[in-house]
Amino acid sequence: MSKKKRKLPALNASSMADISFLLLTFFLLVSSMDTDSGLARRLPPPPQDEDHQQTVDVQRRNLLVVLVNSKDETMVTSQVETEWYQNENELLGKGSKVSLKDKVKEFVLNTNNNPLLPELMEEDFGAPIGTVPVTGDHVISLQNDATTSYKTYISVQNELVKAYNELRQEAARKYFNMDYENLTEDQKNQINKLYPQRISEAEPKNFMGGN
Amino acid sequence: MPELNTSSMPDLVFAILFFFMVTTTMRSEELMVRLKLPTATEIQKLEKKSLVTYINIGPAMDPKYGTGTQMQLNDKFAQVEDIQDYIAQEKSSLNEADQQLMTVSIKADEDTRMRYISDVKQALRKAYALKISYSARKSEN
Repeated sequence: MSKKKRKLPALNASSMADISFLLLTFFLLVSSMDTDSGLARRLPPPPQDEDHQQTVDVQRRNLLVVLVNSKDETMVTSQVETEWYQNENELLGKGSKVSLKDKVKEFVLNTNNNPLLPELMEEDFGAPIGTVPVTGDHVISLQNDATTSYKTYISVQNELVKAYNELRQEAARKYFNMDYENLTEDQKNQINKLYPQRISEAEPKNFMGGN
Repeated sequence: MPELNTSSMPDLVFAILFFFMVTTTMRSEELMVRLKLPTATEIQKLEKKSLVTYINIGPAMDPKYGTGTQMQLNDKFAQVEDIQDYIAQEKSSLNEADQQLMTVSIKADEDTRMRYISDVKQALRKAYALKISYSARKSEN
């Protein structure tokens, strides 16, 4: 009898699960797993000498100029043609106009070796791509007005990136018979070398009534 | 019917609990500008959070600071000229190998004028923070 009294009474731990579930739900709700995401870009290094701003000479045929003005209209001009987009729907090709994305793809590919589009150069990209002609020197110059809205600027940027992503996806299907996202790091680098993003963001100028 | 032994249940739950406690990062900075991020489809996730520096741009939440575009670095409003010091300070807090990998995430309100963004971009160039990301929300089409 006395022996039994000295024994520690067992702690009732049945509510422990409830308490820990409560804590768990609290942290589940509080923890913000939201990772930031966005369009990655690389800025050019600052000019070494303020007075001698280096200018890179680009042949006119290698240049696709995308202008966004103060009224958020977009103009895309190559040596072949010039197209105006009044609003975002036209930019996406929802109207009767060819979308900016397709314009960019046509410009980067230059499948028909048009002398007014960027010059094609044979280059070796390693197996299994081999030596293929690419427009290695093309440049897409994105210029904006000081009063262009950030929203439009981003949607234009987005279209440019989308064009490259689609080209890369097509190349991945063609050469590796796989989706781009399933490729290994090395294979991705190969494809990226095939279609490097050559977007230049110029300093803003005043176009059409911007102040 | 044999009863299920649930005595290991608290241990399991505690294990999950500790996982969440360790991974969760309490939001340390309070947003002082109104941000409605633009939408985009081709966005990429920013990989390592510790390498990302944020610049928030938008109209101030508190009307006493005016209605114009303001920039928030850490917990206070700043001018474009302050960016270089801010970047240098953030850079020095990283170890040398990671300094090149530092990414600056520009979180700007979609109604911001490009003039402001361009000024910020020029300042970032001068500060040699060349890896940037235009923060955006995922949109459907």
